[in-house]
Amino acid sequence: MNDFEFQTATTVDEAVSLLAAKGNRARVLTGGTDLIVQLRENLREADLVVDVKKIPELMQYSLTEKGLRLGAGVPCYRIYGDEAICKAYPGLVDSARIIGGWQIQSRASIGGNLCNSSPAADSIPTLIAYDVICHIAGPEGRRTVPVAEFCTAPGQNVLKRGELLTELEFPAAARHSGGAYLRFIPRNEMDIAVVGAGAWVQLDARGEKIERARLALAAVAPTPLFLSDASAALAGKPATEATFKEAAAAASAIAKPINDKRGTVEYRKHLAGVLIERSLVGAVRRARGEKWDPHL
Amino acid sequence: MTPKSEQKKYKVIGTRPIRHDGADKVTGRAVYGADLRLAGIVHGKILRSPHAHAKVKSIDTSAAEKHPGVLAVVTRADMPNLKDKIADLGEGSVNLAHLGANVLAHDKVLYKGHAVAALAAVNPHVAEEALKLIKVDYEVLPSVTWVMDAMKDDAPLLHNDVFTKSMGKRASKPSNVPTHIHFEKGNIEEGFKAADVIVEREFKTASVHQGYIEPHVSTALWNQDGHVTVWTSTQGAFTARAQTAELLQIPVSQVTVVPCEIGGGFGGKIAVYLEPVAAMLSRKCGRPVKMVMTREDVFEGTGPTPGSFMRVKLGATKDGKLVAGEAWLAYDAGAFPGGVIGPGAMCVFSCYELPHAKVDGYDVLDNKPKTQAYRAPGATQAAFACETVIDELAEKLEIDPLEFRLKNAAKEGTRRVDGPVYPRVGLVETLEAAKNSPHWKSKLEGKHRGRGIASGYWFNIGLKSSVAANVNNDGTVSLIEGSTDIGGTRTSIAMQFAETLGITAEAVHPRVGDTDSVGYTDVTGGSRTTFATGLAAHEVALDIQRQMRERAAILWECDASQVQVEDGAYCHKDKRLTFAELAGQLGHTGGPVVGRATVSPEGASNAFGTHLVDVEVDPDTAKVTILRYTAIQDAGRAIHPSYVEGQMQGGAVQGIGWALNEEYVYSDQGRMENASYLDYRMPTALDVPAIETIIVEVPNPAHPYGVRGVGETPIIAPPAAIANAIYAATGVRMTELPMSPPRLWAAMTKGKQS
Amino acid sequence: MVRKTHVATTINGEPVEFLCEARQSLLEVLRETLGLTGSKEGCNNGNCGACTVLLDGQPVDSCLVLAVEVEGAQITTIEGLSKDSHLHPIQQCFLEDAALQCGICTPGFIMSAKALLDRDPNPSEHAIRFQLAGNLCRCTGYDKIIRAVQDSAKRMAGQK
Repeated sequence: MNDFEFQTATTVDEAVSLLAAKGNRARVLTGGTDLIVQLRENLREADLVVDVKKIPELMQYSLTEKGLRLGAGVPCYRIYGDEAICKAYPGLVDSARIIGGWQIQSRASIGGNLCNSSPAADSIPTLIAYDVICHIAGPEGRRTVPVAEFCTAPGQNVLKRGELLTELEFPAAARHSGGAYLRFIPRNEMDIAVVGAGAWVQLDARGEKIERARLALAAVAPTPLFLSDASAALAGKPATEATFKEAAAAASAIAKPINDKRGTVEYRKHLAGVLIERSLVGAVRRARGEKWDPHL
Repeated sequence: MTPKSEQKKYKVIGTRPIRHDGADKVTGRAVYGADLRLAGIVHGKILRSPHAHAKVKSIDTSAAEKHPGVLAVVTRADMPNLKDKIADLGEGSVNLAHLGANVLAHDKVLYKGHAVAALAAVNPHVAEEALKLIKVDYEVLPSVTWVMDAMKDDAPLLHNDVFTKSMGKRASKPSNVPTHIHFEKGNIEEGFKAADVIVEREFKTASVHQGYIEPHVSTALWNQDGHVTVWTSTQGAFTARAQTAELLQIPVSQVTVVPCEIGGGFGGKIAVYLEPVAAMLSRKCGRPVKMVMTREDVFEGTGPTPGSFMRVKLGATKDGKLVAGEAWLAYDAGAFPGGVIGPGAMCVFSCYELPHAKVDGYDVLDNKPKTQAYRAPGATQAAFACETVIDELAEKLEIDPLEFRLKNAAKEGTRRVDGPVYPRVGLVETLEAAKNSPHWKSKLEGKHRGRGIASGYWFNIGLKSSVAANVNNDGTVSLIEGSTDIGGTRTSIAMQFAETLGITAEAVHPRVGDTDSVGYTDVTGGSRTTFATGLAAHEVALDIQRQMRERAAILWECDASQVQVEDGAYCHKDKRLTFAELAGQLGHTGGPVVGRATVSPEGASNAFGTHLVDVEVDPDTAKVTILRYTAIQDAGRAIHPSYVEGQMQGGAVQGIGWALNEEYVYSDQGRMENASYLDYRMPTALDVPAIETIIVEVPNPAHPYGVRGVGETPIIAPPAAIANAIYAATGVRMTELPMSPPRLWAAMTKGKQS
Repeated sequence: MVRKTHVATTINGEPVEFLCEARQSLLEVLRETLGLTGSKEGCNNGNCGACTVLLDGQPVDSCLVLAVEVEGAQITTIEGLSKDSHLHPIQQCFLEDAALQCGICTPGFIMSAKALLDRDPNPSEHAIRFQLAGNLCRCTGYDKIIRAVQDSAKRMAGQK
């Protein structure tokens, strides 16, 4: 690993000015579980690494009736360690519990997973399903971007020179709503998604009809994918197996995966459907107030 | 599960004492290779080929040499030029010219990851920076990584000085097939004529890695007096010494190998990689040089076990008797000749009484790292093929697969296809134990579930072992043995010594000696350590006992022959001294008592196992879940049952990994695409259930306590057992390893369509 | 010469100061600078858990922590687990249950097990397997490790 300068920022402004000065030769360090590996394996280079874990704004979260404001650097273990978050955003917890093993979750953050912008990232379909807004600070001030528009290519995103992701804003958990995330991996842990699928639904008061839904996929395209048409098509449909199968077919059709060491095109397209169906089942059951465990 | 009668017979054997090196290992104090700290130590790194096959036209190290902090640079030009010479490494032999070219490439690189140059610097980061400054001019050549492609006439040729040896004849044209092995017994045509049912299938397996958690590591000091000391992680200090001395062309007496604690080997830490390079760097810079591989180096530069293509044909009569078997096996050897086709060919039919058989085996060069032994090298592939065909035959004959195996099981007097006739062996007993096991008797219910069974066979090689012992005046004994301890063998050796001498396991203090401290001992491999070094320890105990009787005789002024040994105590008429009491009197009866023994048991003895597995296959994703697993094995005599179980469980889980997910994934350019633990996918704790074990004890006639080595057999059956279970669950016969989700899904989809 | 940073931290209850380069991992500094070689390097990219230490009570792969990050932190390594002349119950159970063969992964497993039992004194077998999935063992097949953690839980409950 080449040597680099290390700075600890304590405010967002300080981080932004450090990052702006070095441009694309600067990297943000939160958990480091992607960055340190990439620097070590010469996949990314940096002259400056800015640790942002001492910036209070990035390391806190608040759950109110308006929703969840999640600091970009909050490590995964704090998310699934909070019972209120587990109850309100179980899909987020599904993701946080499977990003690496426990040692990784002690450090890795959802914000970091998003900024790493892997097509196979385990949190991004969840964030898309929950319709999260990304809060970004930069030399020009602050701005927001819907998470579905955040990633632009493998490893790339909308962050410009000097910009820092500060917070992820989750809409309030609506009544009769539920979210779920599932991925397929050949092992049961410590693996990269062959395909990942996030689903969020809001049902009618009787829990029978889907009022709104958002579906997203990982590892089937250069960026995590929001299935806008398939999501819209679910509105007004009964929450039944036939409906889920329609969504599954739509997901398989829209998936444009590649052949690589983790799976084939045909298998991934097939899995996209299987996982969308299963994650929809999970989201609907949770919307009805039932328990659903993605690992069983 | 040690039979009750045996527990009475022995005081130490069959008990479960805490291992002697245990406290050091749970506190982090044990010194593994990378933990070594020496004054003035510097750090070496290796530059590796980015190409699978290329000519090395030139290497320019000038910029690296000038880089601040770099102390020495080594290329092929610095190493002695070696002639073809075969060195015996215990579990396999090696051509030194090839070994040398593997350690640092000559005029060609033969696989991605092949070592090209090395340097030493003040710290590993500086060394890594400097590697980028070495300029190598390559002429890229076409490459081949699949064994059947490598056998084609128009395949890229790896070596133009390798000619096929077949039935004692050498071919006239160079080829990628160094060796053709042929075994035959009976009359194969007659045999198949007598068969009512014949099944013939083709199989493929991917290269897999041993996967030890500790990367290869060596530190060498070429001292100013010319003596070379190497601290290393090796399965055999003496074979490491022999290879290092030969590659450096210095006498073995000029090299001391100090075996550090070793973080796993499974056959992959016998050949040297770093030792001679670190020594040469040390010679150049005059300081101790430590070299540690990265995990990527380990995958790309060290021994996987062969990928293979196999065709197996078996015939049986209506009443379920096997009559004939034919196998055609091609295993890749990687970049240099000498893979593990030999034992593969010997083992393919080793579980069965087969009157007529024929086996052809081919050792095949391709652009992969030189293959190395991996736990029962060659047998797992062959068993995957044979045991799957056995299962299909049983199905066609409508005979229970366990009963079919029992009916045809190899036993005392069975002649293996390569010649040897078995003495008393325990395959039938493992099958009977399987039949009576709670697992086999349980009912497997639920959709998409299936049960599989398979058996496996491996040798216990004999070779040479040395042990020495010093009696301390408090009644303890310091034991020095030459076998490096990968999994608790200090204790299993010490327990045999203690049993013979009639003292407790705790009263023995075993240590692994370096090559200047203990007699020659072959590698920890071939399931031989508890068997052969244990045998040596038993003989040392007899030597000590003889001397102790002489000391008692001096005290009691009688003849040594009049001193009896009862329960470890020394007695004459009404006089009686415990071992400890007598040890306290050595000072005035002639001084210290030192014992020694060296053994060289001839031939190999035999260990069989049978595994049962229940699986569930997700019908949508084709992911296989192991629901229940039982490993049954003939251990001859389990010295420390916990560590016997541990070998069975560990081998089973390695076999599960091999069956389901582990493989070298190659790009079209012959580059390994998954050289990390993340993408190589060894099983985690969450991927396997409890592994139930049943130890069967059919004593080995070639060992005083009946020990059979247990280390290797447990990896052999799992892929076949799982394939058979998958068939029971899905109706799909898998003939390719690994049976990973994409591959099984494709087969299930094809099955549905047809 | 690369510039070094001064770091003050606490390791196994003792204040420790060291100088390091920004690119050095906590694992490298523990092993090479401080001589605490009980934490092992198996992969150096967070996939094997052999280098697991507790950082402010949380298990982390010390190969994926920069040493410069631990200013002011509390770190526990395998060397800090046994107190006085006694092994920690987890260490004792690993020995009694023969939960190690080559032993290279053992320190990492013991640290992860400690982190688990500190939070969940009575974990189910599934919970143990799930929480230890970040630690690879190639020798034991995990069976005896799981038993040792279960036995540790019982023994630690008995000591309270």
